[in-house]
Amino acid sequence: MDSSAHSATDSHTKSMTGADIVINCLNEEKVKFVFGYPGGAVLHIYDALYKQNGFKHILVRHEQAAVHAADAYSRATGDVGVALVTSGPGATNAVTGIATAYMDSIPLVVISGQVPVPAIGMDAFQEVDMVGITRPCVKHNFLVKHVKDIAPTIKKAFFIAKTGRPGPVVVDIPKDITAHIADFIYPKTVEMRSYSPILKGHSGQIKKAVKLLLGAKRPMIYTGGGLVLGNGSAELVRLAKALNFPVTNTLMGLGGYPATDKQFVGMLGMHGSYEANMAMQHCDVLLAVGARFDDRVIGNPKHFSGQKRTIIHIDVDPSSISKRVKVDVPIVGDVQSVLADMVEILAQEENKTTDTADWWDQINEWRGVQSLDYTYSDTVIKPQYVVQKLWEVTNGEAYVTSDVGQHQMWAAQYYKFDKPRRWINSGGLGTMGVGLPYAMGCQFADKHAQVACITGEGSIQMNIQELSTCAQYGLPIKVILLNNRYLGMVRQWQEFFYENRYSESYMDSLPDFVKLAESYGHIGMQITNPADVEGALKEAFARKDKFVFMDFLTDQAENVFPMVENGKGLSEMVLSPLSGSRLKGEQ
Amino acid sequence: MRHIISLLMENEAGALSRVAGLFSARGYNIESLTVAVTEDPTLSRMTIVTTGSDDVIEQIIKQLNKLIDVVKVLDLNDGKHIERELMLVKVKATGVYKDEMKRMCDIFRGRIIDVADNSYTIELTGSCSKLDAFIEAIDRSAILETVRTGASGIGRGDRILKV
Ligand SMILES: Cc1ncc(C[n+]2csc(CCOP(=O)(O)OP(=O)(O)O)c2C)c(N)n1
Ligand SMILES: [Mg+2]
Repeated sequence: MDSSAHSATDSHTKSMTGADIVINCLNEEKVKFVFGYPGGAVLHIYDALYKQNGFKHILVRHEQAAVHAADAYSRATGDVGVALVTSGPGATNAVTGIATAYMDSIPLVVISGQVPVPAIGMDAFQEVDMVGITRPCVKHNFLVKHVKDIAPTIKKAFFIAKTGRPGPVVVDIPKDITAHIADFIYPKTVEMRSYSPILKGHSGQIKKAVKLLLGAKRPMIYTGGGLVLGNGSAELVRLAKALNFPVTNTLMGLGGYPATDKQFVGMLGMHGSYEANMAMQHCDVLLAVGARFDDRVIGNPKHFSGQKRTIIHIDVDPSSISKRVKVDVPIVGDVQSVLADMVEILAQEENKTTDTADWWDQINEWRGVQSLDYTYSDTVIKPQYVVQKLWEVTNGEAYVTSDVGQHQMWAAQYYKFDKPRRWINSGGLGTMGVGLPYAMGCQFADKHAQVACITGEGSIQMNIQELSTCAQYGLPIKVILLNNRYLGMVRQWQEFFYENRYSESYMDSLPDFVKLAESYGHIGMQITNPADVEGALKEAFARKDKFVFMDFLTDQAENVFPMVENGKGLSEMVLSPLSGSRLKGEQ
Repeated sequence: MRHIISLLMENEAGALSRVAGLFSARGYNIESLTVAVTEDPTLSRMTIVTTGSDDVIEQIIKQLNKLIDVVKVLDLNDGKHIERELMLVKVKATGVYKDEMKRMCDIFRGRIIDVADNSYTIELTGSCSKLDAFIEAIDRSAILETVRTGASGIGRGDRILKV
């Protein structure tokens, strides 16, 4: 259809540069923040940005951080995150951020500058094939070659990013076309014959699933990041409550079901709770929602499948179903809509009584192992203790971001998330360095919220330059550094599997984090005594308007338990000495 | 098992590399891949010959469907289908080979499309296995050069892959 025929858009039609078109598109999408960094190829866009006041641009200190911050903004709000970077090194710096978002299915639109169209392929200054480089780690990408294509492409980019299984979309825009002139017409809708995500689940399959659930003797509900991204938490809670079934969440799915509820059995997987992993292994009917039977979640797939159970799998992405584990009842659809249908069908069901008393007895017995117990010390700070106190001091309501390593697992195990979109971490790619930029994204998403970044001394140094961004925008983030002077997770594997040969996992020459923070105008604190942990946290969070960097010197030898070692079955966990002795005592 | 997968995709720059990239990134086999524009210039038709267990083939189809540029995917092995490949073979045509090559060409219903002093160029179409059989049947040392297009496939009768 000729778009000029639309009288509604006609009245808005105005000639402008490609750069102005980019800005207008972002404003049409009601974007609030663009995280970015300027450079030659995007100078026209930055000039257009200077003259507008629709969205706010956040100047980071490294393009990787721009993408991570946009990613966290999206995780916290559900809106599409937007980043803007220049060509060449700006674009390649963004790639880790894009891959991180891709692995966790986060909707982003990343706009990268490109060399002018006639220079493409000439090895021009700051030229890289961004579309080629990012192809394997985006949901889709575009190279825009004509000014009149800018608006329809950006419209499509937002549509693709946020619908179906979400993901990052890159729009690569050559510099010359941002100077060319065209009429600005923002399409109202997108029609793509090659892309139409399925939303409604198949009603026959849903009925079948409900029947199976009602007949279960040892049921289990297992939910992942898809439940959070699909905003299906409320529906899931309704379903689980109506059935009185146990629920576990993956690392990506924490907060999808309230952690303080009695039906919650904790996180499952490599560092999951004893009861969650045992129940997952031994259940007879498993309802998987927006989860993908990842290798870190089910352990050895052969061992997992060795136990017979009927699996119902709800996912918006058909390719996630039966990828690693054969599924009996696949339901492709939007998790919220499918769960709502299930709740409704269940309500109409006459006989809703389930017979799960024995199963709950068994689960409670497993709970008795108290697999998250650790040995408290009054001389050295235990990292788990810091997270527990953080949870108390923040009333369980903070946005908690983490980096990657032991501290990430302790954060996931000991901070009890009752709400979705509060736990922000890199589950799929496991990218060290996300913590601080993630905290920035959360603080922009919710200006007055408590935001804590639980990190390690290795990870924080991978994007430490963002302390400067936090100063510029006055972000009152609280950094909780669990400083063990080790690349702790690496050290743990070396202890377990390489006979204590700690090859390159010790961190020497650390900065004085207190002084470092102070040099940016932040508050720095070092805490070395377990007795001071709670008081220090209270003091820090009382400084509502200040960025506080808390350097907790923690036990260097502490390990993460339980642990399912590589290649082992989910129920073959190594427990902490304390919990392990309880299990032995029981048998 | 060997499968022939047909797909229709938007005729856009980079679409081919998305498919090729998917196969290499996920470690799927490609025996051959052919692509050309259809009667509708906005659409390209691709035929991919691959091998894998049923589970792998199911994943391949799902992953192809997930690509934004892909409009439709069909596993031709799900029903009756026809497969054709074109091969050009340049062979020695000296001494005993002169008659021998002509004879083999006739048996396989090929055509000699170029005659030079010392060589013939033979054109042969058929299923991949027929072309393989021809190569097996003639004397290896007589082959100067071969070029094959890879298989194209189409469903029989009413099985039509169209938007
Ligand atoms: C960018 C990146 N490089 C390397 C790794 C491998 N890795 C995983 S955990 C870890 C150690 C992290 O150390 P630290 O941040 O101090 O956390 P800790 O485990 O000590 O809590 C490393 C090196 C990674 N996940 N990401
Ligand atoms: Mg460390």
